[in-house]
Amino acid sequence: MHHSPKIAAMPGPAYPSEATPSDGRTITREEVAHLARLARIDLTDDELDHLAPQLSVILESVASVSTVAADDIPPTSHALPLQNVFRPDEVRSSLTSEAALAAAPAVEQQRFSVPRILDDEP
Amino acid sequence: MSDLVELSAADLADALARREVSSVEATTASLERIAGVDGSVHAFLHVDAAGALAQAADADARRAAGDDNQALLGVPVAVKDVVATKGIPTTCGSRILEGWVPPYDATLVTRLRAAGMPILGKTNMDEFAMGSSTEHSAYGATCNPWDLGRVPGGSGGGSSAAVTAFESPVAIGTDTGGSIRQPSALTGTVGVKPTYGGVSRYGLVALASSLDQAGPVARSVLDAALLHDVVAGHDPMDSTSIDRADGWPSMAAAARRADISGLRVGVVKELGGEGYQAGVRTRFDEAVQLLVGAGAEVLEVSCPHFEYGLGAYYLILPSEASSNLAKFDAMRYGLRVVPDGVTAPSAEQVMSATRAAGFGAEVKRRIILGTFALSSGYYDAYYGQAQKVRTLISRDFEAAFSQVDVLVSPTAPTTAFRFGDKVDDPLAMYLNDIATIPANLAGVPGMSLPSGLAPEDGLPTGIQILAPALEDARLYTVGAALEARLVEQWGGPLLDSAPSLEGAR
Repeated sequence: MHHSPKIAAMPGPAYPSEATPSDGRTITREEVAHLARLARIDLTDDELDHLAPQLSVILESVASVSTVAADDIPPTSHALPLQNVFRPDEVRSSLTSEAALAAAPAVEQQRFSVPRILDDEP
Repeated sequence: MSDLVELSAADLADALARREVSSVEATTASLERIAGVDGSVHAFLHVDAAGALAQAADADARRAAGDDNQALLGVPVAVKDVVATKGIPTTCGSRILEGWVPPYDATLVTRLRAAGMPILGKTNMDEFAMGSSTEHSAYGATCNPWDLGRVPGGSGGGSSAAVTAFESPVAIGTDTGGSIRQPSALTGTVGVKPTYGGVSRYGLVALASSLDQAGPVARSVLDAALLHDVVAGHDPMDSTSIDRADGWPSMAAAARRADISGLRVGVVKELGGEGYQAGVRTRFDEAVQLLVGAGAEVLEVSCPHFEYGLGAYYLILPSEASSNLAKFDAMRYGLRVVPDGVTAPSAEQVMSATRAAGFGAEVKRRIILGTFALSSGYYDAYYGQAQKVRTLISRDFEAAFSQVDVLVSPTAPTTAFRFGDKVDDPLAMYLNDIATIPANLAGVPGMSLPSGLAPEDGLPTGIQILAPALEDARLYTVGAALEARLVEQWGGPLLDSAPSLEGAR
């Protein structure tokens, strides 16, 4: 069975929709900075300087994949055929709240305590 | 070095069964060996001496009570640090999980415990299994016991080095693109990636979910088979776990068969030749001749799309990894870093600062690459195309296995390289896995076993055997037959030639 699941990607930047790797495009420093924001990783100036050319070289080296497969080749997401797996809807033992919270960076009232999730500005 | 630690797992199991030695004695010997040499090798990130000795005492008690039908009862084992172990720290070689103690066991760990195998500790690895040298571990690299100035391969260099250095008779590794087989080749040991779905992934910290597979690392084909039999089997907790109506055959029985007369062996034309070190090719060709001598029929087989495997892999893996690693968000477990100079930082700012501090260079590189490959407008051109190449590679395997029973190639293009040679050259590092990646993309099982020492540098070389999906047992039959002839030729196991580590450094 070949199918193409939509992997949950973070919201994408506005790239041209018809782009292909064979365009021979490289990744600019600004694009790396944008991708890093999407991936929630603060990168230093040095890391940005270093990563942009490295990623461009990697992209160039993998560009051949875009030309080898004809349109009628189905994609493979998993090596072996998969089917949905069900189990009986019955109560099972699970982690206690103490065990689940034991490694949390911060805990309050038997819950994970997290930083604010909204900006102050409207 | 105690004679006990030099025993194979099979021989140790026999000695335990004959009550000539206890598990506490064997486990103590391993722990003493670790204390003696791991300062030089650094195969372990954490040693659980108290836990291992308690499990050893329990194994001895089980045997005394007649509960002794587990083949490896009392034989100690080391586990790669990407596998969750209840009560034992699990870091994946990353700062972001420093000190994390899982509240549950991976299914394969549950099986090790049920089999009565004391867990010595957790082995070093490239961070989140991204790398081919262990140099990307946040806790320092593992050294190759053959030459402490060289890498042991990766990502599972810790498991391979632990077995090579006689710190543990066997170990568990994981293989996403070669992380069991390539380190085995570089350290002169045996490593097996089972068929995808053969060993449960429940409790493995996922790198690329459609490629990851755990398997055994050992000093002999039979030892690997015995450990494979312990950890393999259906697990309802892993939706991709294979549920075979007829169950899995015994890999140990397959290894003991070791008869390959009439077997058809295909040499993969595209995996060899240019780009492969001369000594690697020489030892591979000699091993193939030994297969002929053992009665196998050898022919060359072409897998024309394998050359695109590396490119497809380095799109699929970063894509899946960037998604899998999104869970490290500083909220429920692991590191939390609050950014400097920000009053009342948001969850997003805390997450970004934490991931900046907690992830190493290679992990950042691959997350950014995966984020790019999955972004709108590029998804079809990169990830979608890579999945099509995956289909082409699976078809190459199907065509090849219609002609032959197993395929063979060198496991890795070179012998162990020096620290620093490739650490900041991603493409050079990625090329280490060129021969191992196709098996992950197609889900078929693969084994690496030592083929000798390269004449030019005296370092181990590996030969890879690949079989069709579900035919893992075939690897053990072929591997054991070849191993027997190689050992006869060498006049003893290859590791007899490894340098003594006593008083190293």
